[in-house]
Amino acid sequence: MSDVVSDNRSNGYRGPGLDALGRHGVSVWCDVEVKTTTGRFRGIVLPRSETSDDRHIVLKLANGYNVGLAADSIEAMTTHGRREATYGIAEQDFPIDPRKPNIVLFGTGGTIASRLDYRSGAVVPAFSPGELYGSVPELADYCNLRTEKLFGVFSENMGPEQYACLARRIGEAIEDGVDGVVIGHGTDTMHHTAAALTFMVQDPPVPIVLVGSQRSSDRPSSDAALNLICAVKTAAESDIAEVLVCMFGPTSDQYCLLHRGTRVRKMHSSYRSTFRTIGDIPVGMVDPDRITTFRDDYKHRRSDRKVIVNPAYSEDVTLLYYYPGMKPDVMEALIETGYRGIIIAGTGLGHVNKPTYRALGRARDAGVHVYMTVQTLWGYVGMYVYETGREMMALGVIPLANMLPEVAFIKLSWALGRTDDRDEVKHIMLTSIGDEITEREPYNGYLVYQGAVPEIQEFLRTIKR
Amino acid sequence: MMDPMDALPLKPFELMTVDDYAAIGLKCGLEVHQQLLTRSKLFCRCPAGLYSSDYDAEILRHMRPTLSEMGEYDGTALMEKKTRKNIIYRVHHATVCTYEFDDTPPFAMDDDAIDIALGLALLLRLNLVDELHIARKQYLDGSIPAGFQRTTILGVDGWLPFKDRRIGIRQLGLEEDSCREVYDRGHERAFLTDRLGTPLIEVVTEPDMVTPQETAEACSLIGRLCRSTGKVRRGYGATRQDVNVSVTGGTRIEIKGVPQIWRIPRLVYNEASRQLALLRIRDELAARGVTRDTVRTASRDVTALLEGTSYAPVRAAVTIGHRARCILLAKFAGLLNTPTQQYRTFAGEFSDRVRVIACLTALPNLVHSDAASTSLSAREWQALRQQMNADPDDTLILVWGDRCDTETACAEIDARAREATIGVPSDTRQPFKDGTNGFERVLPGAARMYPDTDMPPIEITANRLRRARANLPEFLWHTEARFRTGGMVEADLLRLAISSRSVVATRAIEELHLSPVLLGVLLSQRLIALRRAGLRPHRLTNDALEAILTAYARGRVAREGLAWLLEQILRRRSTDTIIDEDVLRFLDELDMQPATEARIEQTIDRALDAAAPRHFATRRKRERYVMGRLMAELIGRVEGTALLRRLGERLDRPRPAVPRERAKA
Repeated sequence: MSDVVSDNRSNGYRGPGLDALGRHGVSVWCDVEVKTTTGRFRGIVLPRSETSDDRHIVLKLANGYNVGLAADSIEAMTTHGRREATYGIAEQDFPIDPRKPNIVLFGTGGTIASRLDYRSGAVVPAFSPGELYGSVPELADYCNLRTEKLFGVFSENMGPEQYACLARRIGEAIEDGVDGVVIGHGTDTMHHTAAALTFMVQDPPVPIVLVGSQRSSDRPSSDAALNLICAVKTAAESDIAEVLVCMFGPTSDQYCLLHRGTRVRKMHSSYRSTFRTIGDIPVGMVDPDRITTFRDDYKHRRSDRKVIVNPAYSEDVTLLYYYPGMKPDVMEALIETGYRGIIIAGTGLGHVNKPTYRALGRARDAGVHVYMTVQTLWGYVGMYVYETGREMMALGVIPLANMLPEVAFIKLSWALGRTDDRDEVKHIMLTSIGDEITEREPYNGYLVYQGAVPEIQEFLRTIKR
Repeated sequence: MMDPMDALPLKPFELMTVDDYAAIGLKCGLEVHQQLLTRSKLFCRCPAGLYSSDYDAEILRHMRPTLSEMGEYDGTALMEKKTRKNIIYRVHHATVCTYEFDDTPPFAMDDDAIDIALGLALLLRLNLVDELHIARKQYLDGSIPAGFQRTTILGVDGWLPFKDRRIGIRQLGLEEDSCREVYDRGHERAFLTDRLGTPLIEVVTEPDMVTPQETAEACSLIGRLCRSTGKVRRGYGATRQDVNVSVTGGTRIEIKGVPQIWRIPRLVYNEASRQLALLRIRDELAARGVTRDTVRTASRDVTALLEGTSYAPVRAAVTIGHRARCILLAKFAGLLNTPTQQYRTFAGEFSDRVRVIACLTALPNLVHSDAASTSLSAREWQALRQQMNADPDDTLILVWGDRCDTETACAEIDARAREATIGVPSDTRQPFKDGTNGFERVLPGAARMYPDTDMPPIEITANRLRRARANLPEFLWHTEARFRTGGMVEADLLRLAISSRSVVATRAIEELHLSPVLLGVLLSQRLIALRRAGLRPHRLTNDALEAILTAYARGRVAREGLAWLLEQILRRRSTDTIIDEDVLRFLDELDMQPATEARIEQTIDRALDAAAPRHFATRRKRERYVMGRLMAELIGRVEGTALLRRLGERLDRPRPAVPRERAKA
């Protein structure tokens, strides 16, 4: 969210723009006729984005277009009344059906449901069962929905405080008897939160489904509705009592994939089908009519209300992305600053250069927990393959198998929130809780197809089916 | 006397006069869409102007209506939601990137497109805005994968000189072009995405045209003005216009996407006729006591009644498990046969809605009791009347298809019947080849506009504006007037004025004092002929053409040699551009000086010597042969008719030496 503190009355105007409005006795939402050096314009004065310059005012013309007029070109402004925008999603009471499962939707922010914020010029979340029902009435086919807005932050501002709050509220909701939990979340760090919740909320009896959208719901082609429908269906009907991410499978509006919270990663900055299970196959797929599971090793739904909530967290962990030529002082600075845990994303099978070894030794001596993951994302750390790997292990670096770097970061933060004992931390890190480490990589776990190859082109041609 | 409800409310198209149109209060406005000649698309760097119906992949999308910035749903959006279409996009790797199908945010707006649009805004004398704000204009028909078109306006309230008055220009927009529709069947609609994103300007006029012909003329003027910049695309689909039509008491109706200007008059005529017919129907309904408050309809599933029908469409539907549904329109009897346009009746208004909104796209998609004899048997109609409790003055409409679709269809028929009591509903209409139009969608309003949160505003800097002014072509009508004053043939001057060669002509007239008639022939007709001959005359730069004209003005080239010279340069130079230096070198290689008397005489002598009379059956054949030899040598250096005259004289008055020599031999 914008950190700029602004005077609400000025609605984003400042400097010459604000002066021009003041000079002609005009305020935001006034219907005005403006005479400028280039001609006449009639429209409603809109608030101005705080990040835009201060030399223009914004007018909404009768044809619906917005235009900017230079403040210094304005000669006269006449007011003809006022028309303030009242933005509200057509709200309707969410129907209650005692035969349907009860689902709680926790809001954290993000674009699953949103409206326009004039000052930041961006979209902000809007959210209530009524609003959701007004825009996605299909939700009522699956459940009775209760919503609770926990915070309104963009994904990148999610952190330990929010993880803990979410974990506690999920625990309480489960104890209260909900049949499934849905979490509306911004997509950027959804996989971090999914990992955190996997560790913080263990053995839930019901599905915990994170969902978001890559295109805000103010767009007709948004993925928000299908994602939300599928997530709610999964929470209400599926047998999978795990932390899942439910997002578009292909870019087409067909189905969503259900990803394990610890194996999922955002892989494209803007595609709808950005979330992929890495190094494994997804748990299943879901469309508005059907949930299909791809495996049976998931934890099943239970009727009890037992759940282990442990929102421990240490903020003294960092994730170091190794690059060729890295100097040891980078890691030394981290040690000196007081970081207690370092996840390295190493090259290939998990490598860093020789000069860094000196820093690794110092880390070991300072009691810093250092773990190795791979930048390749797919595949296992293999520190026995080369001599260098064995050397690093001798320096106290512990390989994390095929745990994803971000997941390792979250898990070490969680582990160090519980204990500082070297062996205990190691035990926690290497004991898989939600498949963050798997014993086997299936042959179809690694799939990054390349365009232009004839059989791939053939596949793409018919993918909509 | 003819029953007024049985005929079109207007005289035949050919007999309509200006006064006739004035009497019905016809008003027309235009929205001219013109693609701009840019390298890339407007918001991504895909190539513009590359088309292919081939495709590599298909993507499926659905559209949902969203709220406008002012917190309202748009009527169009709600209509499209009812249609529940699977929309399929065909993408080709050469023409489309992930931006077009909305998987990547927009890149910076194409600068060339802004500059071209700015130039046109100046030519249209608009009040320019100082900062462009990108808006999203919602299109839920699927024609844009994002569900909205990115669009902005550069100015408002300008004008164009037209005949002896002005036509108001309401606004000039710059926006991305939409997809090309491949098919629309049932609940599935497919689009090609190649054209999507091409920069396009939209010139919106005030409703200042008062006859169909004027509307076409104004449209042509706007199109020509655009082309006079030399920076717009040509070819089928590069210019498309929406025509807005209303008559007194009617409604502004938009006929969308008329591909050719010559189609406009008949489309306008038919729409005027349709509006008058709908107003008459409203009045007739009122006379029968049917108003907005008293209109009554009722519908029910009648599949059971029609299981044994011999009417093929219904039988086929029932056989595959589809349903038949009947709706009663109380006191509408006879009205559905009322002609609204040439070849179309009021029943078409219902059929259109059912086709577009209920997705019953196989025609006929309904039958009605006003034209009972052409569909179901009399007994079946009787049974339906009984089932529906219909009075003799009620009309029945029957639809068939998927149960859900028949319900939507009856709901739409009900809605359309209600609108009939009000008059002319606000539609966007699609043009048909026969000059009539059909329902496309509800007319969208300002509520479908939404600010684009992906793009910051773009300031039109003073510098940019200066540059645009400096690059502006002369006003088209000034150029035309100059050519016309000089006597240039009208067809030539109309073409030349919007061509990139018009500056060559202007300079040749003003600086070289050449004849506009000659320039018209050379720079319009001649270049077209050379293009058709496959010689690619566009390779000649304007400088090259000026070099040729200058050479002519200085006497280095005979008038007769100009066309020949153009052709020879194009034939002998294969480079992609031919500049003025190429022309000068070429002139040096050829001897293009007008031939001297002595040379002409010598050439004739030699040609005659080589063509002894005994080889030719007649004098005429000999003359033709010799003339051919002469022209091959003297072309461009002497006027052909003069040469023929001289040759004739020589043939009639042979030199005495020649026969004597032969006698000796």
